[in-house]
Amino acid sequence: MTKLEFEKPILELEGKIAELRNMGSHDSINIAEEISRMQSKAEKLLIQTYSKLTPQQKVQVARHQDRPHFVDYVRELIQDFTPLAGDRLYAEDFAMPGGLGRFRGISCVVLGQEKGSDTDSRIRHNFGMARPEGYRKAQRLMHMAQQFRLPVITLVDTAGAYPGVGAEERGQAEAIARSIEACLRIHVPIISTVIGEGGSGGAIAIATADLVYMLEHSIYSVISPEGCASILWRSAAHANDAAAALKLTAQDMLELKLIDGIIPEPIGGAHRKKQETIRNVGDRIEKALQRLMPWDDETLLRQRNQKFLSMGAAA
Amino acid sequence: MNWLTNFIRPKIRAITAQKETPDNLWQKCPSCEGMLFHRDLRENMNICYHCGYHMRVAMVDRLRALFDNGEFQEIQVPRTPHDPLKFRDRKRYADRLKESRAKTGRDDAIIVAQGLMGGVPVVVAGFDFDFMGGSMGAAVGEGIVTAAQVAARAGAALIAIPSSGGARMQEGAISLMQMPRTIAAVDMVKEAGLPYIVLLTDPTTGGVSASFAMIGDIHIAEPGCTIGFAGKRVIQETIREELPKGFQTAEYLLAHGMVDMVVPRKEQRETIIRILDLVFRKTKDSQGFGENGAAPGGNGRRNGKKKGRGGGIAALRRAANINKRSDKKVRAAARR
Repeated sequence: MTKLEFEKPILELEGKIAELRNMGSHDSINIAEEISRMQSKAEKLLIQTYSKLTPQQKVQVARHQDRPHFVDYVRELIQDFTPLAGDRLYAEDFAMPGGLGRFRGISCVVLGQEKGSDTDSRIRHNFGMARPEGYRKAQRLMHMAQQFRLPVITLVDTAGAYPGVGAEERGQAEAIARSIEACLRIHVPIISTVIGEGGSGGAIAIATADLVYMLEHSIYSVISPEGCASILWRSAAHANDAAAALKLTAQDMLELKLIDGIIPEPIGGAHRKKQETIRNVGDRIEKALQRLMPWDDETLLRQRNQKFLSMGAAA
Repeated sequence: MNWLTNFIRPKIRAITAQKETPDNLWQKCPSCEGMLFHRDLRENMNICYHCGYHMRVAMVDRLRALFDNGEFQEIQVPRTPHDPLKFRDRKRYADRLKESRAKTGRDDAIIVAQGLMGGVPVVVAGFDFDFMGGSMGAAVGEGIVTAAQVAARAGAALIAIPSSGGARMQEGAISLMQMPRTIAAVDMVKEAGLPYIVLLTDPTTGGVSASFAMIGDIHIAEPGCTIGFAGKRVIQETIREELPKGFQTAEYLLAHGMVDMVVPRKEQRETIIRILDLVFRKTKDSQGFGENGAAPGGNGRRNGKKKGRGGGIAALRRAANINKRSDKKVRAAARR
């Protein structure tokens, strides 16, 4: 498990509590008191810390390896998930899993980025960085959703599209652009949730949706704070400043009216209580579906296009 | 004697007194290192007259070279909120904007212009690279939306000429949202059945290449220009290998099926005119084929939006008339 620097005081306390528990039997009353005292202290500290995370700390939480990932959400929320592979042009992209499934009774198409959870799976999923095949598969699945008149649920969790020679050769830019275009053109509802990192073009490629939500401690940005710092400050050491300047937190994004809502995370972040987080996301998606269904094709399409046409528009 | 004093001596003085002349009269070609005289270079549309290397050229010069008789009207782009994030790195974004405005005399990195090419009404959305690297923020997005709206309304072709490093970081996710925004915009033109042509120039990268610039009906690229998604340095740091020769050049993209053609600057106008002619004048000198919905716009790709336009030249004239009317509107708007 990765340890976040700012969580250290909390983790230390939790460690001590665990230690006390282990040697518990001798003087049980005093120790039990001490444990509950320390527990409430730890909890307070956790609430305090997480109520005022800095943007850079949010970046760390959003990237936390123990956060629930795409596969966790699908396991908990989607029945009869039937993964579908390949872009029918070149390859299957394991960074962009997707398929048919049933969400709380409703058939749908689910797709998103998967970062992997250990060394092997991270390599297999290319750390959640899709290549053109991933974005072309996304287009394929979206068109399929339209064909079958199924709503699309996307889960966004990527540092960005993969920067590689092959990816460029096979038209990374075009694949992303067409994926955004597919999002704008299909006349079935699309609901997107940023569950961790919403990294630039790689994220917007599948997040041009009717309703876009972000988890409380997720981020959404045009460039990574490190990349931004190395360009504008000429040093990646200024990632802190860049994270703050970019206004990449869910709270900033809502204030800028670029997303439709924030999904609360359990105290101490999604990585502490996966089940609860996943349930919160599921509940919000359910509400969103209720809001959008049934739909009128033309109205849905017009509203979605209008929404994105007005982003950043003159008042 | 006279010849020496009156001709040779001033010449020598002129050579020795070169410090007083601006030092940008001559420049070196970045490709062949040949010396280029500024006036000759400009006359040659910023193309090296030794080796044919295409240097960047000011968008206004480009527009003059593209439109019929070099005539076009600039369309006022509505002003978008400036510096919405109050962004500050080593410098304030507000100051960077001010500097770029002073340097270029423009409000932002985009120029929207309309005019005729080969007699066909055309709206161009061109980037000014000198304005913060042509980066795309809300104002540039607004420019693309404006251009698309005017084109769709006037039955004109839309030509985008990107020259941009990508999204404008200083506008955070607002700049990211210009990707779907500009795509939704150019789709209005496509939906009207009108041609959307992209003339890719140096550079077309990042969020610009991954949005409106890569979904044209026809992609024309300028020789040698950089086109790609990720920056070369980022890729090199990721793969830790040498990049292939000519990586992310126009020719490389042609070889990989991403652009239709690579066309030298001096042939771009005639190429575009030929394409527009083929698309707009579907029946010319026809011999018994009838005039079947000659101008685009009457037969939108997604149909259902038939405006009942008739045949070739009449339709064109109508389109030109619509264009004139909107000119007036645009000019009136500009005055306001």
